[in-house]
Amino acid sequence: MDKLTENLLKAISDYTEGGYTGAYNIRENAGCGGRQSTENIEIVGKEDGSGIDIIIKPGTKDENVFIPACVTKGNVHDLVYNDFHIGEGSDVRIIAGCGIHNDDEEEAVHNGIHRFFLGKGSHVVYEEKHLGEGTGSGEKRIDPVTHLELEEDAVLEMITIQLGGVDKSTRTTTGVLKDRAKLLIHESLMTAGEEYVMTDFDVDMDGEDSKVDIVSRSVARGNSYQEYHSKIKGNNRCTGHSECDAILMEKGRVNAAPELYAGHLDAELIHEAAIGKVAGEQILKLRTLGLTEEEAEKAIIDGFLKG
Amino acid sequence: MLTLKNVRWSPEAGHEVLKGIDLEIPAGQLTVVTGPNGGGKTSLAKVIAGLNQITEGSILVDGEDITEKDITERAKMGVSYAFQQPVRFKGVTVKDMLDMAAGGEIPDDEVCTVMAKVGLCTKDYIDREIDASLSGGEIKRIEIASVLTRRGSKVLIFDEPEAGIDLWSFTGLIEAFEELKKEKDKAILVISHQERLLEIADQIAVIVEGRVRIAGPGKEIMPQLMAGEKYGTCPVEAMGKEML
Repeated sequence: MDKLTENLLKAISDYTEGGYTGAYNIRENAGCGGRQSTENIEIVGKEDGSGIDIIIKPGTKDENVFIPACVTKGNVHDLVYNDFHIGEGSDVRIIAGCGIHNDDEEEAVHNGIHRFFLGKGSHVVYEEKHLGEGTGSGEKRIDPVTHLELEEDAVLEMITIQLGGVDKSTRTTTGVLKDRAKLLIHESLMTAGEEYVMTDFDVDMDGEDSKVDIVSRSVARGNSYQEYHSKIKGNNRCTGHSECDAILMEKGRVNAAPELYAGHLDAELIHEAAIGKVAGEQILKLRTLGLTEEEAEKAIIDGFLKG
Repeated sequence: MLTLKNVRWSPEAGHEVLKGIDLEIPAGQLTVVTGPNGGGKTSLAKVIAGLNQITEGSILVDGEDITEKDITERAKMGVSYAFQQPVRFKGVTVKDMLDMAAGGEIPDDEVCTVMAKVGLCTKDYIDREIDASLSGGEIKRIEIASVLTRRGSKVLIFDEPEAGIDLWSFTGLIEAFEELKKEKDKAILVISHQERLLEIADQIAVIVEGRVRIAGPGKEIMPQLMAGEKYGTCPVEAMGKEML
């Protein structure tokens, strides 16, 4: 693995000089940069070479799986299909970020198509960080597609972050929940310059007492443009909540278009949305604590995206 | 400690809110500024903290003229201000706020101490976001805590600290102010109508229509205020009109 890949891995995942602790598969410029299975987590290549299957044994507890992808040059169009099979009653953390470093004039693209099949009573924390960097004029594009299927009592916590440098991104997440399954998503986005990002959530709560909570926090700076779409469908007795908050800076623009569908009398669905600039009173308060205007603005945005 | 000389402030031409305030706020004392609504009390607090720039006069801290200093510079020089209406922040936790107030990460025991002073249980609040999920009283107490956490404060301004705070927590707050008074290098300025705060004031200034109607030792001013109450008249109406 080259130094660029190593630096990207550090930025998007928990990579250290000593490597990863746990199962991992590193995807580097559309090829395999390293793979390791553990006793409870098996990672195998698909027969057609299109991606990998991550198979987590039932009852696996407190283990990490790292599935990062890196592109470090232009003229790479990476498309990969990764399927995660989470055994019943397991409790694991999956880290699957993507970093692109492009110093070239040709575009660099990564499309990760991830499907998650969570067995009954399983619990997964899924973390996904996206980052773009490099001095080339070639576009850096990341278009993740995530499909989630949660069996009874399964819980998925998805933390997805894109904090700059990605020129274009279309982020699609779909999900189907069975009885008492819970899907909790926290998205943090920051765009600048001419960047564009589109987020699209589409979740079906088919199961009784299933629950979805989607929180999206974003900051649009420069001349960037963001689109937020979410569709939560309550097809049974269930609770759904989505919250889309955006801060505008300079000439940033945001279009938020949430949608709720209640197909059952006992579906309780709520959407909240707020778009606006950083409140002047917030800046003033932090300045009375001794922060400069720039420090105050940074603290407000960092907190906003983290929260 | 804090000296106000002929402080005037006009938010717009032809509309003067502060009409020449002269006031001395000594260190080691609690000064309560009181008076009718709309009289200029909060405006006075804001010009001291630098949120509004005065149009005439001067403001001095320890003899140093801070009139031209901006909000950040005044804060670094030791001017702290607890807002009358605290600001909410999505994503910023109570711990984040206290760390920023202290200028760095503060130890857990200190967090507990300051939170206890404002009547909040640390473990219940430390990771809470300062957002709409907090009640008015909770956020007010966190606002006060942020000022109590400041390092090197010389002038501490509390704008209606009693607002929204329950009786039990308010008793704790009174004790916190009593403790602050013992720190001889700090001047405490509280804007309030609350009788219990007026009772512990070393000095009281009554501001009416942008002017100091009367100011003096709390023991002298308080009976006059109470007399007004007793006779069912506006407490300040009968006071020191000759000073206008």
